[in-house]
Amino acid sequence: MKEEKAKTSDGGNKCYAFPNKPTPSMPVVIDETRCTGCNKCVTICTTDVLVANPEKGKPPIVMYPEECWYAACCVGECPEGCLTMRHPLMMRVHFKNKETGEIKRT
Amino acid sequence: MNWEDAVTRTGQVIEWPYPVRYDKQNDVDVDVVVLGGGPGGCMAAISAAKKGLKVALLDKAYPKRSGGGSGFDHWLNTPNPASNVTPEDCVEWERVSFNGYSNSLSRYIAAREAYDTLLEIEKMGAKVRDLDDKFKGAPFRDEKTKFVYCYDYENRFQFRVWGATFKPAIFNECLQLGVQVFDRVIATSLLTEDGKQGARVVGATGFNMRTGEFYVFRAKATINAMNCHQGSWRFSTESIGLDTFKPNITGDGPAIMWRAGVELAQMERSKATMPPGYEYPSYGTGNWWNTWHPATIVDANGKEVPYLDADGNVVPVEDRCRPRPGQKFVAERSRHPLYCKPTMPADLADRIKKGEFVLPLYADLAGMPWYERDAIWGLMVGNEGRTKIPVIINYEAAGFNSHRDMLQNYFTLSGEPYPSMDSTMALGPFRMEAFGNGGEVVVDWDLRTNLEGLYAVGDAILAGNYWYHACTTGRYAGRKAAEYAMSLQSQPAIDARQVEEERARVYAPTKRKSGKDWIDWKELRFVGARAMQNYCGAVRNEGMMKMGLNWIRDIKNEHYPETYASNPHILLRVLETYNILTVDEIIFQACLARKASSEILGHFRQDYPEMDPPEWHKWITIKQVDGETKTGDLALDFHGDLAENYEAHNPTYRGFLKKKKA
Repeated sequence: MKEEKAKTSDGGNKCYAFPNKPTPSMPVVIDETRCTGCNKCVTICTTDVLVANPEKGKPPIVMYPEECWYAACCVGECPEGCLTMRHPLMMRVHFKNKETGEIKRT
Repeated sequence: MNWEDAVTRTGQVIEWPYPVRYDKQNDVDVDVVVLGGGPGGCMAAISAAKKGLKVALLDKAYPKRSGGGSGFDHWLNTPNPASNVTPEDCVEWERVSFNGYSNSLSRYIAAREAYDTLLEIEKMGAKVRDLDDKFKGAPFRDEKTKFVYCYDYENRFQFRVWGATFKPAIFNECLQLGVQVFDRVIATSLLTEDGKQGARVVGATGFNMRTGEFYVFRAKATINAMNCHQGSWRFSTESIGLDTFKPNITGDGPAIMWRAGVELAQMERSKATMPPGYEYPSYGTGNWWNTWHPATIVDANGKEVPYLDADGNVVPVEDRCRPRPGQKFVAERSRHPLYCKPTMPADLADRIKKGEFVLPLYADLAGMPWYERDAIWGLMVGNEGRTKIPVIINYEAAGFNSHRDMLQNYFTLSGEPYPSMDSTMALGPFRMEAFGNGGEVVVDWDLRTNLEGLYAVGDAILAGNYWYHACTTGRYAGRKAAEYAMSLQSQPAIDARQVEEERARVYAPTKRKSGKDWIDWKELRFVGARAMQNYCGAVRNEGMMKMGLNWIRDIKNEHYPETYASNPHILLRVLETYNILTVDEIIFQACLARKASSEILGHFRQDYPEMDPPEWHKWITIKQVDGETKTGDLALDFHGDLAENYEAHNPTYRGFLKKKKA
């Protein structure tokens, strides 16, 4: 597949043949408008969930999301503060306001 | 951006972003090579570098946060100026609590030097005291030294520390001392004199999980600082990381040791646990053990569940971290009446079933004294691994306030109080190995293994675990390995054929086997776990275990060679799988060799149903000699007289417990 072909196609609405995503599929959300592509998160990640973008200066790619251990070392290392760790939905926990009894979840 | 986004944006599959050089070999000559860059490995490297030696340190990740590097909460078993607890006490409570299956040798070394180690790490920049006076006036604070203690406020030998600050400080010290750091380089084998199994260790091989480059480390001394084995029974093809242990923790250490002829012990030990994928954020649910002790627990109607001591007396919040009348001291991990903490009632499950406590239960931090609440939420949870950002920052961002809200408990939802005490879990197929007094390498008083030139550290040591133990044994083994290296006149010789054979093994998965390479590492891990679950589960016998062992060998010999690794990252996972299958073989053989049931080892044999018969009250050792498996016995007290042996091996060491003569 040539890059020009993708560019001249219908701009993002193209249907690709992909396998299923692994679950969980997105352990860390990167704000790509602020990411400078410094790759400090890629360096600190202890399981290499993230790989550097082949294009220099671009945000890293969450390549092996199912291998994430949710330590959030990447979040702590980001100088721009543009990473957010995202626990998968089934790991979210509930808490209760002691006075009102209102129950919320993380 | 995930893989799909990247492909969709460019219309192209992504090339591996790092240069791939499977054919490049790097030869590194040092005095000491440390395999594994967790806290223990880094401390070993520091110790050896301080002696002026050339040191190489390799790790699967970047050691600033690798190993237990995201944090930890308590530094245990440390005699110190504020405490009367002795090193002998520290060893004794473990021995009693684990029915003798505790490594008193390495625990004693750790207790002797843990305070010196802690102060040394403080000098590197880690936070070990309440310098900002946040806990001024709290009953667990020593107002003079500003140390804060946990679990036993009277005996004060277990420290609360700001563990998230430790690993960056220790790693920085490695860099400052000129340790050559090889991050993303994974050890694959030990090199031995003349390439012979069981001979002197003369270095190690490794490969880089990004570039695929091969490394040959030639060293006078080698230190095994790799983790314990995990993941033999538990595997999920998708939720790989949703397990107590990170995916990096496989069986590399014991598998590599095994191939070289190193003696292991207690490889048959395991216990029931939860399957991967069912985890909640670690320390991110309201509970009452470990990090969360002594959190007040209430039921859905706000009714308090009492803490009871071993005599059955209700313990109010202000006494939950104090010994009960007549008790010598309280030790964190002990469930033995002599040393245990007060905890939830033993009949909690029955009382829940009868409706006395309405589910779900909650941890009520808001109802606790300020110092207990802030010590649990912020100091303990906040510095323990995976809690600072994942729990404290993320939960508070979601609106949780420890002054107002109660956090739900999940481990009582089945009505049982704790996963491993849940009767349905105990019979289930998912088991956890080797963590907390598990099986690993047998060491002597120099923390040397049975092979000359090879030392072991932290969780790589038989029945070792915890940060204080990793750091202190690392510091000690680094010293001993350095002394050994300095006693040698010249660099040892590497056997070229051994290196070539290892290269061939490491890179075999990178060659495609057209038309039959559809088995990936995940399927191999899955089938290996199935073999363990079915034939080495809660109920075992000779025939079942032989079937399981043969199945594992078939997987290794028939199916593993068909696997293909499309890039260096996947090559790492494939090689880890080989190591886990190797560990499975060791576990099966160790379990076959222990022809008796044992409660503490989680080993129930139908064919030998008597629990813990006295003649089997010993370690089972296992190693390879000329490629053949040899099992043997080792007395549980193989360490001999603790103080005498320690002194004999460390006559010139000076520290808190043995000060310099004035």
